[in-house]
Amino acid sequence: MTGFPILSLLMLVPLVGAGLVLKANREQARLIALVATLIDFALGVVLWAHYDVGGAQWQFQERAALFSGFEWKLGIDGIALLLIALTVFLMPICIGASWNSIEKRAGEYYAAFLLMETLMIGVFTAQDLFLFYIMFEAGLIPMYLIIGIWGGADRIYASYKFFLYTLLGSVLMLIAMFWMVNVAGTSDIPTLMAYNFPVHAQTWLWLAFFASFAVKMPMWPVHTWLPDAHVQAPTAGSVILAGVLLKMGGYGFIRFSLPMFPEASAQFAPLVWGLSMAAVVITSLIALVQHDIKKLIAYSSVAHMAIVTIGLFAFNTQGLEGSMLIMLSHGLVAGALFLGVGVIYDRLHTREITRYGGLAINMPYYALFMLLFTMASIGLPGTSGFVGEFLSLMGVYAESSWVALVCTTGIILGAAYMLYLYRRVIFGDQKNADAAAMLDLDKREWAMMVPLAAVVLWMGVYPESFLAPMRKDIATLEHRLAPAKPKGDAQLKLGAGKPAPEEAAHGEAH
Amino acid sequence: MELLRSLQITLAEEVLSISGLVLLLVAAWGGDKASRLISILSVAVLTVCALIAAPALCGSAMGPDVTAFSGQYRADAFAAFAKLLIYAGAGVTLIVAPAFFDRVRAMRAEFPLLVLFAALGMGIMVSAGDLLALYIGLELNSLASYVLASMLRSDERSAESGLKYFVLGSLASGILLYGVSLTYGFTGTTSFEGIRLALSHGLTTGATFGVVFVLAGLAFKISAAPFHMWTPDVYEGAPTPVTTFFATAPKVAALSLLMRVSLEAFGTQAHAWQQIVIFAALLSIVIGALGAIGQNNIKRLMAYSSINNVGFMLIGLACANQPGAAAMLIYLAIYVAMSVAGFVAVLMLKDADGEPVEAISDLAGLSKTRPGLAAALAAVMFSLAGIPPLFGFWGKFVVFQAAVQANLLALAAIGIAASVIGAFYYLKVVKVLYFDDATDKVTGKSDVAHTVLLVIATLFISPLGYLLTNWLHVLAGNAAAALFHVA
Repeated sequence: MTGFPILSLLMLVPLVGAGLVLKANREQARLIALVATLIDFALGVVLWAHYDVGGAQWQFQERAALFSGFEWKLGIDGIALLLIALTVFLMPICIGASWNSIEKRAGEYYAAFLLMETLMIGVFTAQDLFLFYIMFEAGLIPMYLIIGIWGGADRIYASYKFFLYTLLGSVLMLIAMFWMVNVAGTSDIPTLMAYNFPVHAQTWLWLAFFASFAVKMPMWPVHTWLPDAHVQAPTAGSVILAGVLLKMGGYGFIRFSLPMFPEASAQFAPLVWGLSMAAVVITSLIALVQHDIKKLIAYSSVAHMAIVTIGLFAFNTQGLEGSMLIMLSHGLVAGALFLGVGVIYDRLHTREITRYGGLAINMPYYALFMLLFTMASIGLPGTSGFVGEFLSLMGVYAESSWVALVCTTGIILGAAYMLYLYRRVIFGDQKNADAAAMLDLDKREWAMMVPLAAVVLWMGVYPESFLAPMRKDIATLEHRLAPAKPKGDAQLKLGAGKPAPEEAAHGEAH
Repeated sequence: MELLRSLQITLAEEVLSISGLVLLLVAAWGGDKASRLISILSVAVLTVCALIAAPALCGSAMGPDVTAFSGQYRADAFAAFAKLLIYAGAGVTLIVAPAFFDRVRAMRAEFPLLVLFAALGMGIMVSAGDLLALYIGLELNSLASYVLASMLRSDERSAESGLKYFVLGSLASGILLYGVSLTYGFTGTTSFEGIRLALSHGLTTGATFGVVFVLAGLAFKISAAPFHMWTPDVYEGAPTPVTTFFATAPKVAALSLLMRVSLEAFGTQAHAWQQIVIFAALLSIVIGALGAIGQNNIKRLMAYSSINNVGFMLIGLACANQPGAAAMLIYLAIYVAMSVAGFVAVLMLKDADGEPVEAISDLAGLSKTRPGLAAALAAVMFSLAGIPPLFGFWGKFVVFQAAVQANLLALAAIGIAASVIGAFYYLKVVKVLYFDDATDKVTGKSDVAHTVLLVIATLFISPLGYLLTNWLHVLAGNAAAALFHVA
């Protein structure tokens, strides 16, 4: 596998596909898009199969001195591998979700999606700081168009908000990048991850990066673009937004903020904890009173992402691994939930919760899948959601039991709003005749739901498959963070516990 | 011998002036019927001049070998870089003009000649090594430009724009000349090298005034805030091919001249003018961005966008060092391509009768009726906003990188944050093009020459442009090195 530019190929396939679909009619366009994303998925499988778990930190490296000022330099570690796998897994499902619902300007629609895929893979594979920035920012254009052209009634406001919020967050990061490259003399990400910036400068650099990733993540209180964007975006747009785009924020923290500015990360950890605690409780409460299904799930995304940031800033292996797993799990589960909303939206064209009810009677299979994803979202053991949340909260408990306490409340609230949603939509009486007349899942929808359900269960039952590739990278990161790690409030007094068995033995001897 | 050598060095200007005069005679006898022939010949002349100028740039020419007329004129790599852009801008103008003017039967034989003479003036501006040569070039260019702005005699707006440009332009020339006289009075010389030497021991109050007035005069020419007021009116009123010209060639010439004057003549007193440049840069970015928000005329919008972009270029100048100058030149080259793409696209916006469509609201839903044109216009907008992966991002990238390297962190941070304001109105245009329902106003057929130019310019500002960065950096590096060679 060495020397074969598989990462470039992963990016090239959707790009070529995007060029092809632009002029095609609807039937051709969706077929080309499906084939391109499936090829990419196959390449992703090959990539994972050839990834040497426990081998070199950076694998499949490629470089080409094409540009001045930055390089075309790609390479992945286990963390990036998992996120790429998530991307290529979700993309064919997104195309499937758009199969019938996109009628106008299909060619441009699929082109925008394929372009998104190229750019998302680019973000996760870039090993040059500026290449990363270009990929990171470029994603705004297709997403702006997806929301703005194919979105709901209030799409224009949502697309503006999405674009300007994320742009404003990102530009200061660019200035910080210039400063870093100027000081360190290289824009190579692996080198910068090991570079020790002066502590006072780290503060500013961390803040500049934080502005970008906090908006992308999104963290409370800069999350307000997300519910708007989600509600207005077409189903597949929501899937990709929740599934992959939000993960860029978490990826940014894990790839840049933490390893490059460990001291500043420790210094600002209380800020992140505070914002995350606020997010978990506040957005969960907001989710509880939503009338719009998509908005409810969007707010639940913000709450889940807050658990991710909590885990990332726990500075230990459990927290970091847990955060990664939540990101993967949330990508699948939130994607699946949005897909589920799309299924009924395609039939009834409304997202109002009260317009549904009693779907378990006429759509039993749909109800079954939604139950699984709802439970996964709550974090029921045996589903993917549990593993990540458990690890994350365990990680943060070692640092601060108060933070863990507040965030666990969020899990309970999560169960409340998800179950409440499920009860109102799936259970209860069939109040509305049109909702009661809806047909159950068709073959296409089965084909989208089954893989998602399978992976959700797989990750829940045997998370080792997903932990193994990143274990070494997380360990490296933890090692890097260790000197800066803030002192936790949970002090294990190992010495105090020891005398007990001795006394017991003593007593027995008497 | 000295004269002969000087004549050799100034070859490009000689070719331009002689062929300009010959073509003037052709125009005198041939009349307006010969205008197409004259246009074609003028483009050929510009191509020849570009070929004459190019070796200096590639060979990184600098120093006494390329200095003519005892320091009055320099054909160094810097001048060559600017000249290539100027000739490109002038050439594009000549190519796009006939289709526009023919429709209203206003294509006159003088048009290509005025463009040629303006290009000659600009060539002198960017090669000037002396305040007098500078002024001669500037006025030659300005006089031709005033006439060009009012070229469409049947159109009131065109006449108004010409008059406005003339009155305000003369005022600026006066201010500049006053600054020149002060500088001369307090340094005893008009040559850039002499001024540099005289100022290296310190800046007297009188000379400071000289610097300020010269910069104010030049700020008018580059339409930097707070001397930007004329730009929207002139851009809107002038015939669109002429606006294309104003947005490209004279912009390059005036900015290059500003670089030459501030970095060469006043180079030893950089701290004296740096604050002025920083102030003008930030003000231009903000005013350009805020002013554009309320505009409904696409030409006015482009005018505010040019004010905004000049602000970003001035950030490169504020660095007052070689990387900053190189960054500014790269931005300038990309900006010319963006302007060409933008204005050619505007030229192609015509209704069924061939009347130009300039109101942004009339472009609604253009992506459904004319997908190619809408995509090009959207690419220009995203590029002007500096959103990657469009090539416009690279201009901002190098300029801000230079600012950070020069330790102007606050300037860079404020400048880049203000660029988000600008993104708002560029997005508005994209929104109109893509999100709104089609109005079917733009139905006119496009000229082949326009289409070809638009495709070339759009490819340049597309992500493919990044493949040119290596090459562009070498050329801009050569040019900037020549600029800093004097010391």
